[in-house]
Amino acid sequence: MSYIRPSFRHPNAEANTKGFTRQDYEGALSTLCAGCGHDSVSSAIIQSCFELGVEPHRVAKISGIGCSSKTPTYFLGKSHGFNSVHGRMPSVATGASMANRDLLYVGVSGDGDSASIGLGQFGHIARRNLNMSYIVENNGCYGLTKGQDSATTDIGSKSKKGEPNPYEPIDLCALALQLGATFVARSFSGDKEQLVPLIKAAMSHNGFAFIDVISPCVTFNNTAASSKGYEFARDHMEATGKIDFVPVRSEITANYPAGFSQEITLHDGSVIHLYKDGKLDCTDRRSALNAISEYSEKGQVLTGLLYVDPDSRDFHNIQQTVRQPLNSLAEIELCPGSRALAAINASLR
Amino acid sequence: MKSIEAVNEFVIRFANVNGTGSASANAMFAKSIFRMGIPVSPKNIFPSNIQGLPTWYEVRVSEKNYLGRRGGVDIAVAINPQSMAQDIGDLNPGGFFIYDNTKALDLRLHRDDVNLIGLPLTDICRREYSQARQRQLFKNVIYVGALAALLDIDFAVLKDLVGAQFKGKDKLIASNIHALELGYQYAQEKFSCPLSIHLERRDLIGDRVMLEGNDALALGAVYGGATVVPWYPLTPSTSVIEGFEKYAKRLRIDPGSGDRRFCVAQAEDELAAIGMVIGASWNGARAFTATSGPGLSLMAEFLGLAYFAEVPTVLFDIQRAGPSTGMPTRTQQSDIFAAAYASHGDSKHVLLIPADPKECFEMAADSFDIAERLQTPVILMSDLDLGMNDSLSAPLEWDDTREYDRGKVLSAEDLENMTERYGRYLDVDGDGICYRTLPGTHPEKGAFFTRGTSRNEYAVYTEFGDAYVKNMERLNAKMETAKRYVPAPVLYKAKKKTRDGVIFYGTSTDASLEALDLLADEGLHLDALRLRAFPFNKDVTDFIDNHDRVFVIEQNRDAQMRKLLIIECDLNPKKLLSYIHYDGMPMTALGVSGHIAEILGKNNVTPLRKRKAGA
Repeated sequence: MSYIRPSFRHPNAEANTKGFTRQDYEGALSTLCAGCGHDSVSSAIIQSCFELGVEPHRVAKISGIGCSSKTPTYFLGKSHGFNSVHGRMPSVATGASMANRDLLYVGVSGDGDSASIGLGQFGHIARRNLNMSYIVENNGCYGLTKGQDSATTDIGSKSKKGEPNPYEPIDLCALALQLGATFVARSFSGDKEQLVPLIKAAMSHNGFAFIDVISPCVTFNNTAASSKGYEFARDHMEATGKIDFVPVRSEITANYPAGFSQEITLHDGSVIHLYKDGKLDCTDRRSALNAISEYSEKGQVLTGLLYVDPDSRDFHNIQQTVRQPLNSLAEIELCPGSRALAAINASLR
Repeated sequence: MKSIEAVNEFVIRFANVNGTGSASANAMFAKSIFRMGIPVSPKNIFPSNIQGLPTWYEVRVSEKNYLGRRGGVDIAVAINPQSMAQDIGDLNPGGFFIYDNTKALDLRLHRDDVNLIGLPLTDICRREYSQARQRQLFKNVIYVGALAALLDIDFAVLKDLVGAQFKGKDKLIASNIHALELGYQYAQEKFSCPLSIHLERRDLIGDRVMLEGNDALALGAVYGGATVVPWYPLTPSTSVIEGFEKYAKRLRIDPGSGDRRFCVAQAEDELAAIGMVIGASWNGARAFTATSGPGLSLMAEFLGLAYFAEVPTVLFDIQRAGPSTGMPTRTQQSDIFAAAYASHGDSKHVLLIPADPKECFEMAADSFDIAERLQTPVILMSDLDLGMNDSLSAPLEWDDTREYDRGKVLSAEDLENMTERYGRYLDVDGDGICYRTLPGTHPEKGAFFTRGTSRNEYAVYTEFGDAYVKNMERLNAKMETAKRYVPAPVLYKAKKKTRDGVIFYGTSTDASLEALDLLADEGLHLDALRLRAFPFNKDVTDFIDNHDRVFVIEQNRDAQMRKLLIIECDLNPKKLLSYIHYDGMPMTALGVSGHIAEILGKNNVTPLRKRKAGA
């Protein structure tokens, strides 16, 4: 790892549609271990925001506690961030979104944060279909407390300490699907080609978009016998298909062979284009659940887009809140005033 | 036997089975007295159960305007066979025992120093109604009708109340009035009405209103501009949120779209509820939740985050009897420590303590101003007694010229014009309060990372001890500033100069004030101070300094407020005496005065506990 970030930037660095360069989406220098999968995820988030032309200050980054939850410092330095308490990022994100529906919410969490201490909040934010991207950087261990097994560690998987894990793992994607998440995907921190379009699609989705990213812990859980190490991941990943994300108003230029692709148009008009093996229907929840367990039985991890409901109604739609962000309502719109109170007093006599 | 004689000055207690519809009939009884212009204070004493357990409803009628519990019962309306032994046992000598004599009273329960009044309620119901549920419901209405004759309640008032309650349902109005008449006629025929305890119409209510504290809190939150309201059901706090939703649906609908200018969300638990409040407040909305002791315990970690990360956070704690699940439907003031010092490490929180519905309304609205001004949690400490009982209160008032105090928040323009580097935790004004920015405000300036870990003045993570200590000292300085923003205590001077004082707060107020009058009648004079907030300001320490002995009156076992005063004001513990009452029922005036008289008066006063009711 390095301690000094070179200040040189190419004078002709490419700008996106909003006039921002990639640098505008960077954050502070990472203090994670060299080679940590989480840094790749941060980089994919930066890339996604750059390509989508998101205004950096219109993003709110929210996390819990743990190595993964530290990462929002390392991307989008012009965005407000909130490193909350362990396992409780979903509630803070929910409150933030209730207050202002117009920001883009990116939640970053880990397997300890979301599958153990925060499993309850994870389940309920999925049910609520909060409009946010929820990324779990899943390394199958507790990195910040030095490598204990987590609830996503596979049976028999061995961390650096060498003891095989005896307990059933929690599959967060399967859980999210069962709990009603309207966008579910899995990826690998080492596969940027797949991860970036998934994050872009998640950010464009209207509702709860969950991505479980296998992100190896190079220090405590990257052994040959670990099912969350780089080696295992590379050898056992099967993708649902090559994914292309086509932002709204862009032309589809790629040429996909007929019969092997699925096109999903999101609420804002952007299109997810999936070039796939034809088995999985990404708009069918049950099909996704079946596919996950099928691959799991074969000892493989299915990655890519698993499910999306393009007609999803997010929490604000369900709640029927006004279009204007609640935090911007003026006093006159909030306070009924003394005349209304006089009528209330009269009704209490 | 001498019967108690009293006009507009007595205690009547109803004993019922819960889930039988008695609460609404009893409430109608209390409301009719209110409508007759006589001050009245009902207390619903209910079990943590939906159907079948004993429940009581105690009504204090007092034209002297004493609204706390007095102690003792003058009239018992004993409808519940399960509790009959207790109900007749609690009755003052010379009192009236009204019971269902369809079945003869158990001879072992007979007392020859009370008046027995038998009403054949079950018989009448059996004769009049065919359905079981009707028999159960109308039994309550029939005894209210009988009380109208026995106590001389204006029948027209009762009819009005029935009409309002069942507005638009004429059949129900007719059947309820018929039931009232059944009771009324029976009592008129069989007894010499009215009894020696009875009512006389007065004009003592003025412009006062009657409502529950939780309803007033809900309205205060609507008026205070709360928009984000996450919550988790927990007695006795639930009705705060139900009230908020009720009023918001009436007062906060966008006229154009019909959409809501608020968002109420039932969370998965209290942790999530307070987390949502913090997320929303961080993002610039006014948010709050309501809970009780068990929820407060769960919220502790998050409250520490809000304190340390300096996020405005409003929480209403409707206290109940603890510890643990305790007595979920009984009242106490026992969360003082848990709230004042909620969370690990050196945490300290602002507390607001209302004593009546009007103060609930005002403090609820103020809590948002105070939390945003101080950028810290504000916990409003109500309790089950105030929250869930109808109380007489001055009418709620709102000053239309008032503006919300949103505290130190930098706008896009402020940031644009800023030449120096923005520091989220930089104390520019020297009051311990720094300037915050809201997400999404400015494209280039003002973004920072909110965290529960230590950081420097520019919100950058640090583990340097000096920076940490400096920050903690500033948080302490902010608590000093808080003393200027929280409501001042209220002083009640004794009629005669005295070196003795009492301190009380919240729902210990009514009984304490009445006790002071009782003590003054006996020649014992005490000044009084009602606390309304924590941290304590100089008025509090001055009061204690100016008296030799100060009683702290409160409703918990451990004299928590007394101890908080000793700790925070660095007092000699011997100077603060204590009166505690914590059986889950609101405290009584006779309880307070008896205790103080015993200590102050020693042998030269008549023990007040032996005084007759109505005297």
